[in-house]
Amino acid sequence: MSPLFSAAISATLACYALAMALATLRLLRGPTAQDRVLALDFLYVNGMLVMLALGIRYASGMYFVAALVVAMFGFVGSAALAKFLLRGEVIE
Amino acid sequence: MTAAPPAWIEIVVAVLLLASGVLSLLGAVGMLQLRSFFQRMHPPALANTLATWCAALATIVYFSALAATLVLYPWVIVILLAITAPVTTVLLARAALFRKRQIGAEAPPPLSGKT
Repeated sequence: MSPLFSAAISATLACYALAMALATLRLLRGPTAQDRVLALDFLYVNGMLVMLALGIRYASGMYFVAALVVAMFGFVGSAALAKFLLRGEVIE
Repeated sequence: MTAAPPAWIEIVVAVLLLASGVLSLLGAVGMLQLRSFFQRMHPPALANTLATWCAALATIVYFSALAATLVLYPWVIVILLAITAPVTTVLLARAALFRKRQIGAEAPPPLSGKT
């Protein structure tokens, strides 16, 4: 792995980290509850992207499975929270 | 698996990854800057679609070069997000509309006739 490639992956991870920090700011500040759910969903997607970048960094296929699991649980969590905001309960 | 991929593969993967990172950052900045919730719903779609496509494409290119065959399984993530992201978005939009109407805030009117 050339040093330039390694630096590019590090820069990408820094971009993801900055995006997650901004989303955390929105999560803490968000005026309404739906803003917080939106920020949490964005955090999940970014965590999945971090997993994909780490998989390339370490040339390992296991990170792909982690990314898949993060994406799936992110959807379940966001959908459950949105359903809760809509109806006041998750499973009726 | 031991041989390092050629330089041009690394360049393509690096460009795709950097594009993914910049797009994701753009989505976060938009989500922080826009004023109303319905405007703020849009920028995260950038991370859901383009950023994820770029990252998955980079993974496909890199692992295909490592294994010397076509490796397509990272595209499963793109398919999964394409199915799940609209569901989350529609549920969240309906929840926001419902809550806005309940507290009497300014909200888009219902469609003519039916609710």
